[in-house]
This record gives sequence, C-alpha cells and structure tokens, in this order.
Amino acid sequence: MEKDQDKILNEVTQGEYKYGFVTDIEAEAIPKGLNEDIVRMISQKKNEPEFMLEFRLKAFRHWQTMKMPEWAHLKIPKINYQDIIYYSAPKQKAKLESMDDVDPELKETFDKLGIPLDEQKQLAGVAVDAVMDSVSVKTTFKENLAELGIIFCSFSEAVQEHPDLVKKYMGSVVPYTDNYFAALNSAVFSDGSFCYIPKGVRCPMELSTYFRINAANTGQFERTLIVADDDSYVSYLEGCTAPQRDENQLHAAIVEIVAARNAEVKYSTVQNWYPGDKNGNGGIYNFVTKRGKCAGENSKISWTQVETGSAITWKYPSCILLGDNSTGEFYSVAVTNNHQQADTGTKMIHIGKNTKSLIVSKGISAGFSQNSYRGLVKVIKNAKNARNFSQCDSLLLGDKCGAHTFPYIEVDNKNSVVEHEATTSKIGEDQIFYCNQRGIKTEDAIGLIVNGYAKEVLNKLPMEFAVEAQKLLQISLEGSVG
Amino acid sequence: MSLDTVKIDTKEKFIELYEENQDLLKSDSPEYVNKIREKAFGNFQKLGFPNKKNEQYKYTDLNKEFENGYKTYISPKNIRFQVNDIFRCDVPELNTKVILLLNGWYYDRENLIHELPGGALIGSFQKAAELYPELVKRHFAKYADTEKDGMVALNTAFVKDGVFLYVPKGVVIEKPIQIINILMDEEEGLTQHRNLYILEENSQASVVVCDHTLSTPNFLTNSVSEFYIGQNAHFDFSRMQNEHNGSKQVSHLYFQQERNSYVNANTISLHGGLIRNNVNVLLNGEGCENNTYGLYLTDKGQHIDNYVHMDHAYPNCTSNQLFKGVLDDFATGAFNGKVLVRKDAQKTQAFQANNNILLTDDADINTKPQLEIYADDVKCSHGATVGQLDEDALFYLRARGINKKEAKLLLMYAFANDVIKAIQVPALKERIQDLVDKRLRGELSRCNSCQMHCC
Repeated sequence: MEKDQDKILNEVTQGEYKYGFVTDIEAEAIPKGLNEDIVRMISQKKNEPEFMLEFRLKAFRHWQTMKMPEWAHLKIPKINYQDIIYYSAPKQKAKLESMDDVDPELKETFDKLGIPLDEQKQLAGVAVDAVMDSVSVKTTFKENLAELGIIFCSFSEAVQEHPDLVKKYMGSVVPYTDNYFAALNSAVFSDGSFCYIPKGVRCPMELSTYFRINAANTGQFERTLIVADDDSYVSYLEGCTAPQRDENQLHAAIVEIVAARNAEVKYSTVQNWYPGDKNGNGGIYNFVTKRGKCAGENSKISWTQVETGSAITWKYPSCILLGDNSTGEFYSVAVTNNHQQADTGTKMIHIGKNTKSLIVSKGISAGFSQNSYRGLVKVIKNAKNARNFSQCDSLLLGDKCGAHTFPYIEVDNKNSVVEHEATTSKIGEDQIFYCNQRGIKTEDAIGLIVNGYAKEVLNKLPMEFAVEAQKLLQISLEGSVG
Repeated sequence: MSLDTVKIDTKEKFIELYEENQDLLKSDSPEYVNKIREKAFGNFQKLGFPNKKNEQYKYTDLNKEFENGYKTYISPKNIRFQVNDIFRCDVPELNTKVILLLNGWYYDRENLIHELPGGALIGSFQKAAELYPELVKRHFAKYADTEKDGMVALNTAFVKDGVFLYVPKGVVIEKPIQIINILMDEEEGLTQHRNLYILEENSQASVVVCDHTLSTPNFLTNSVSEFYIGQNAHFDFSRMQNEHNGSKQVSHLYFQQERNSYVNANTISLHGGLIRNNVNVLLNGEGCENNTYGLYLTDKGQHIDNYVHMDHAYPNCTSNQLFKGVLDDFATGAFNGKVLVRKDAQKTQAFQANNNILLTDDADINTKPQLEIYADDVKCSHGATVGQLDEDALFYLRARGINKKEAKLLLMYAFANDVIKAIQVPALKERIQDLVDKRLRGELSRCNSCQMHCC
C-alpha cells in the first residue's frame, strides 16, 4: 500500500524532487526525546570509550544553558527538541564483509540515488562512505586507501580504532561551546566520516560521503572530521538526500577540517535535502556548522557548495587562516524556490601573515523564497598583507521572492586590502529573448542562463558533481517561470 | 559593581531626571507635544540605551558615554557673546540668514521666529510648536520612530528646542540657510536639540549645518532632525561636524520624501571624539531621488560610525550612498548601510559604496553594507573596500618630483574629493575643499575663517 502510494507520489512529483522515496528498512531507534540518559544511551550503543561520553555530556550540559539564536534572516517555526529521535540505525546483523552482505533494500536505495557503493564500479573512481539515518553503512575502497596510509572510515570506527587521532582533533576547530547547534550535535551525534591523510600523501581519488535521512521523526546529526597532514592533498565530496515527508526534520551536522603545513583540502557539497512541497510543508532544516583551520604555513582550504535543497538552510562554511601564507576559498551557489529559506555565506578569519581569501557567492531566488548571503571577513592586527576579494551576486526570478546581502568587514591593520562587491538583478529579458528566437523554450533558457551565471562556482566542482549540480539547478527552478 | 548594574543605573538616572523635571519640561510645551513626550518616555523606559548587542549599534557602545554625569539643559542658559564680533563665516553666499543654536537652544531669544520672503518661516522649534500647532502637529514625531531606537525616544522625551524651517508650496529660497550649533559652557553638558524641516510641494531650500564647540569641557549631543520633503520639492542639506575631541555626538536624520522629490544630503566629519550619524530615508512616492554622502577624516582616538537606512517603498526611485573615510593613528570607524527594497518597488536603482583608507596598524574599520531586496526588477549594487594609498600612483607622482608627503596628501585629497564634489553650494564646496586640505595636513584645529577658538 505504502509502496504504491510512493510510486504514485513519485510520478506526480517527478521533476520536483526525485529522491523523495522511503526505503523499507528495519531500523533500530531509541525513544524520542533528549536528556542525559539518551546521551548516555547513544554512547553506550556505540560502545564508545570514556572520553567520548565525557565529551558528549559536557556538550549536552552546555547546550542546556544555551538559547536558540534568532539573528538570522529566517522564519523558523519553534523546534521541539523532545520530539526528535536522536538515533536511528539500519538494523545490521553483523559487520559487513563484502557488498553481498548489504541489505538488498539498502543497496537498492543507494542504486536509486546513483551512488557507486558497488565495488565493481571501479570506473567511477570514487571512494564512498554512505551514511543513512546517522549511521555509516558502508565505506568503499578502504583497503586501497589504507595502502597509502590514508584512513577513511566511519566516525564510530575511528573512535574505536584511532582514538588518539579523534581525541586530538575532535572539537579543535568547532568546540562544543561554539554555538547552539554545534553543542547539540556534540552531545548526540551518531556517526559520520573520518579521514586522515598522512604526511606527503596525495589522495589518488575523490573521497565522498553520502548522507541520507530515511526514517521518520529522526534528526540527523553527523560529524565529519578531515585531517590533512603536512604536504598532503585531498578532495572530499558530500551529498545528501531525504524522503518527502510532511513534517520537518532537523539536520545539524558538524564538519571540521584541519590542514597542516602545505596541505590542501578541497571540500565540495551538493546539498539536496528534501526542500518541502510547493506550499512550504515539510522539508529539512539544515543547520550545519562547517569550519576549516589552515593551521600550517601555505595550507589551503577550499569550500564549494551547491545548495538546492532544504526548507531552511543556515550555514556558514568558514576558514580560520592561522598559518602564514595560507589560503581560504569559498564558492557557493544557493538556489531557493517555492517557500525555501536560506541564510548562508562564509567567514574568513585572517590571523597569519600574507593570508589570502576569495569569496564567490551566487544566490538565486524564485517563488516565495528568501535567500540571504551573510559573511564576515575579519583581519586582525597581526595579519599583515592580508588580501580578500568577495563577490556576491543575487539573481531574482519573480516578484514574490527576496534576495539579501549582509557582509561584515572588519579590518585592523594598514597593509591589508579587502574588497567586497555585490549586485542584485533579474534575468535579462534580452537574454531570454535571444534564446527564444533560437527556438529555446523560456524555461530551458532560464536554466541555461542560470547555469552560465553559476558557472564560476560549478567549475570548481569535481566532474561528476558538476554534472549533477547542473541538473539540480535546472530541476530546482522548474516551474518558477510564468 | 557589575556591568549590568551600571547599565541599569544609567537608564535609571535618566528616568529619574525626567521624573524630577517633568513639570518644567512640560510647562512651556503645548499639550500635543507633551502627549508625544510621555509616550516617548514610556518607550525609553522599555528600550534604554542601545548596547553592543543591538545589531545597529554593534560597533559603537553608547551606554558607556551616557554613564558620565552630564548636565542636561532643561531650560536655556544665559550665555552671551557678541556674535558679529567673533563669528564671521565669510562665505559670501551664506549671508542670507545665520541661525545660531547654543547648547541646543535657539540663541536669539528676542526674535524667535523670522519670516522669509514668500511666507517661509525659520526659527525656534519651541516657539513654532506654540504658534503653529496645526503645522507642527502634522509632522512632529511622525518620521522619527521612538519605538525602535532608545536614543530617539530619549530625545523625544526631553524635547524642548531646536530649529524649525517651513517652506510653503512653490516657494524657492535661493540662498542657503546656515545653522550653527554651538556648544559652550564651563561644565560638561548634554544637549538634545530637536529640529523640524517642512518643505511643501514644489518648494526648494538649501541648508548648511555646522557643529562647533567653543569651550573645553566634554559635551554630549543627542539630536533628532525630521525632514518632510513634499512632492517635487528639492532639498539640499550639507553638514559639517567639527567639534573638539572630547565631545560625543549622536545625530538622527529622518527624511520622508514624497513623489518626485529630490534630496541631497552631505555629511563631512572633520573632528569629534565620538560621532554616530544615523540617516533614515523613506522614499514614500514614485520617482524620488536621494543622494546621501559622507566623508570622515579621523585620527587620534576618534570614533566615527555612520548608519544609513534607505527604504525604497515605491517604484522608480533612485538612491545613491557614498561614504569615504581616512583613518589615522588609532582611530576607529564603522559604516552600516542598508538598502531595503520593498515588494512592489520595481525599477528601483540603489547604489551603495563605502571606501576606507587605513593609514596605521592601530586604526580599525568595520563595514557592513547590506541589501535587503524583495522586488525582482531592480538594479542594486553595493561595494566596500578597505585598503591603502595606491603604491603605483604614489610612485608616479614621486617620479615627477613630488615629495612623498605631498604625493600622499594629493592622493588622499583626490580620494576625499569624490564626496566633496557632490556639495551643491559652490562657495561651500570651496570652503570645504580648503578645510579638508588643511585637515589632511594636520593643520586644522578650527575653521580658519572664524575668530572663535573652537577646538
């Protein structure tokens, strides 16, 4: 019955959100609600060492003293934190040895999503860590990577097998005291990905995590930690989807990146959580804390994000430029349609000398949506010769939506140069006319123009992602014309 | 004493002051003014002084400033000086009418309202409220919102005197009107003047305001000015802030522009310990144009914070904001500009720019240009830069035999000139060019044209 319904639903909403199916997988969940016992229960279920439990409890106690921030340009309905299931795991009998042991339903899910979980799909050349309802399901190519000394596994595995690394780096970039959602995540996070690139290693393939919320009433709280040691390089991809549901689901994740001397980390996200239906019902609240620390000299962290999903997106992937000559980059395309809201941007904190940062943000709003760029560029006194350039453009499709820009620039020395530019406009009618004349429908023309407008950012994505992102842009804007 | 208790004390102090002097405050104000006064006082009790948690005052902490026990002028103090002997701003075209405010009070107590040709009126706000209740009632406290900003509420609660200008329909005042705010006393004082400018349909006026301090004690000013610019009216407003470094100034300008009106507002900040300028513009009809410009030259421990809120409520309006600043020594500065384009304000053109030059490592600038846009057929842009003098340009000049100091001055002067050239009164423009040049050379401690030793 439910399956039939899903099928019909899928057909009806084709082109709106194609990942909205639910997979029938038995899941192990704990009771709703949040208290110290729940935190202890999560820790116990995951068989965690003592230091993890302590970390969680400290975070939880701190979270209780905090209030949800209200400064964002967002209308957020009140969230009942006691009405969320904080842990839900696909039931597994034993540890998986090969692909054959994976629940066929689960495999089907990821097949539908087009994720190359199957090791046969060597051609894809991407190592994947799939996270479903907070628990890492399967990590591919682990052995190949291990030969190079690269650790790429689920967070819980890392806690068991590399506790010293986890202890050293967890919370070093985003401490649990950082903000309301970081504290919440630190208390209840269930899993996530862990990645360590040793000295002098250039990771030969793209590493990828795929997040999926499947069960109802659950929140997803995962944590990603990437450590790139001296002279190393890694490119990391993240993708996310969720089923269509009428209620809102909370996703509060943390991503921490540490780049040591001469290391480079490239982090790309295609965020496509369920955005809610046309009337703004349902959808994911995507409140994520992402931050990278360029700890060593000449290190580089680059964030690329394509934000098309989520009912509400509220995140600021940031770079702390601590090491001298370090570089931070931020490329973003944020698309909002229907009743979606987004308040996103970045923070570049210049601390080391000769640090550089670049911000390119493209906002596209359609329907009744609100799309804000909010960013901070801070240059402290000792950050001599710091350089920043920011370009934030907004494109408006329709007269019911809003596009806003809130940049903050704080400069505290005389040898730094900081520039910010922003424009807001609508799609040029002459451009559409030009396409129409050549037989391109208005809808396709808009897709074309938008893709051209976002090209600067899309170009920064790895090949496969770029293709997906382009399609996503088109789908997200479908029905926004006329 | 914890910080919190200090804050409460500062607010309480003013509440007490109000309650003690209520009768005196209300005694010579008409009933309708007192009604607004009471409401504003209620709002102040709720709002208090804005602290750094208030996003609009993030970079300027006013609480601290009000902790000092400033004396508030409830009634005019009788300080006499020979205006003509010591004060000669010898800008020839500015001789129409010089209006003096002393510590927030209309100076010429003998002659409180002047009639200008065409039936225009200029004079004391207090007197005008008494003589022309209908006119004042229609505009007073209609544009300055006491519900949002505690500082405006405080000013309104203590409202007494200030400048009143009324230009009736179709009247054009050719020559600029000069208003000089003078602060002079033996002890520290708080001034809260309240000004009301009414320009009716098709009228035109030009106003020049100069802020000066004439004695050494520290002064604090919290002023509110309301401007009603009727249909097709044309208004030019220039302000020069030149107070000594012990003075603190918070000013609020509220412009309401009707259809096809034009406003040009220029603020040149040369000196002052702490300056916070709020400019709020509501474009309340189609086809309005507003240009709001600012130039700030700060050094030593000065702090300047410019806030602009440009509200495009109707279609086909144009607004320009340009703020430029040079910060030296350990001066700090902030710019916070917002363009709000409402849902139906199509064909809006709004531009906003803030450029800063930092001359030392101790100088500090925070800038926050913002766009909030709800209409799609618009052209809006903003830009902000923080940087230094162009090395290449400097080299070019030096290669041509200009010494380093002169070359630097030349470049800074050129940087500032973008704002100065927007001043529409030619004589004033020249005067300010001269003053800025002197200011940049560090020679300016007072307007050299007047004999007063302000600073």
